[in-house]
Amino acid sequence: MQDAAGGLGAAPAKFVEMDGVALRYGGPDGTLALDGTTLSVARGEFAAVVGPSGCGKSSLMKLVTGLMPCTGGSIRVAGADVDGPLKIVGMAFQNPTLLPWRNTLLNTMLPLEIVRPHRHRLRQFKDKYIAQAKELLAAVGLAGFEDKQPWMLSGGMQQRASLCRALIHDPQLLMLDEPFGALDAFTREELWGVLQKLWLDRKFTCVLVTHDLREAAYLADVIFVMSARPGRIVATHRVGLPRPRTVESTFDKPFIDLVHAIRTEISRVRDEAGLAARAKAV
Amino acid sequence: MTSRNWRRLNVAMPWLVIIGLLVVWQAIVDLFGIAAFVLPAPTAVWAAFLEYRDAILHNALFTLKNTMFGFALGIVVGVILGVLIGSFRLVYSGLYPLLIGVNSVPKAAVVPILVLWLGIGTAPAIATAFLLCFFPIAVNVATGLATVEPELEDVLRSLGASKLDILRKVGLPRSMPYFFASLKVAITLAFVGTVISETLASNDGIGYLMLQASSQFRVPLMFAGLGVIAIMGIATYVVFALLEARLTGWATRRQDAPLASGG
Repeated sequence: MQDAAGGLGAAPAKFVEMDGVALRYGGPDGTLALDGTTLSVARGEFAAVVGPSGCGKSSLMKLVTGLMPCTGGSIRVAGADVDGPLKIVGMAFQNPTLLPWRNTLLNTMLPLEIVRPHRHRLRQFKDKYIAQAKELLAAVGLAGFEDKQPWMLSGGMQQRASLCRALIHDPQLLMLDEPFGALDAFTREELWGVLQKLWLDRKFTCVLVTHDLREAAYLADVIFVMSARPGRIVATHRVGLPRPRTVESTFDKPFIDLVHAIRTEISRVRDEAGLAARAKAV
Repeated sequence: MTSRNWRRLNVAMPWLVIIGLLVVWQAIVDLFGIAAFVLPAPTAVWAAFLEYRDAILHNALFTLKNTMFGFALGIVVGVILGVLIGSFRLVYSGLYPLLIGVNSVPKAAVVPILVLWLGIGTAPAIATAFLLCFFPIAVNVATGLATVEPELEDVLRSLGASKLDILRKVGLPRSMPYFFASLKVAITLAFVGTVISETLASNDGIGYLMLQASSQFRVPLMFAGLGVIAIMGIATYVVFALLEARLTGWATRRQDAPLASGG
């Protein structure tokens, strides 16, 4: 498999590849956060990673984006080994982390001031870039809020702006770490629709880390279920449900069955982890 | 009370307090017949100010100039140190204990050394003002840089941002409220530094004037000198408070937000 992926022709099929990845914090005797994690995400695919809390889902984000080196195995993105921070990734977190001294428009445009080649063109083609940012804001329902400071926006609106900031430079890879975790249930469902629409329009490769199984089933093409620490992939589900999915469709039987199956798997890995911890204590 | 009256009262409060204090002061001196060489009445201080106003203004300007030079130097060095301490872990662990040590030394004890190196008058006054005021600036800028959210740093690093990019786009703006808060402390400390140095080693400045007045028992003149320093301190403080409100309004506007968007 790896040999095939190494060839130039095979590279586009698999965009993100993790092969036997291990991560240990704090030296050789430190905590093992990930162990033998193997997964691959095709170009343009929407992948979700679910698992019990503390299973190393967020570490996985940092590894794939190269913000943190792995201590074992290999990670390849777009056919190249990851050996430092990638330069083209869009990221969004549970905390929207908008800059309070910038309005919504300028917050959205922040990546354009950093990413090459945009940073050198920004001044010259300012109008074009502003139009582009406004269009994106409108696509997530923030038209008319361009001049508002972040603290004037509700939590859901801040998260929409954060999504725009992650996508303004047309990244090939979008990494989302519990982006809707702090929102109320209705806002969350609304933003699933927003994100699905953006993805259907733009077809970037997306990795979503979440503990919300309905969220994963609503958005993803493929769901990876992780075990408790040390995390590894214990199951992979292809989600064949038709798109665009709606909140209504989350009450259909195939959807509920899928969520139920994943729920059962996670219960099992949690129970196993609990037993292992108790055995260790005795 | 209507909110407009309340706001007016809010603006008038500092003046009311100062006037009240002067009135009480005057009343105590008059009632108990306190001698002018112990505690001169405000009217006596004002008379002394008018009598010696040329000398006072000349020396006040000298003090103000030295303070501003020392303060400017303190800002430059303080910001550079703060950025280095806040950005590099090794610089932090290397320099912080030293800085604490330097800051703990009473500056009055350093002035004789400065005089030995720099002579008397302007140079040691600027140096003392600088020594007193760079520390809070450095510490506050470093603190501001340390409060950048790690997630935001991740967002920027995964876009290919350099350390300098992160500093320019996030670190420095984030530390501005801390910087301005420190300026308000630092400017008053700079005045303290200049006057200490002038008292010990100068032939000009308010510190020197007060030392002369003291040796001649001209107590009202001493108080006039004190008053002038206080007024200069308040005036520069106000300048920086206004600058702060203009440049870092985003940090304090938060409290008004519910009012603004309440409709």
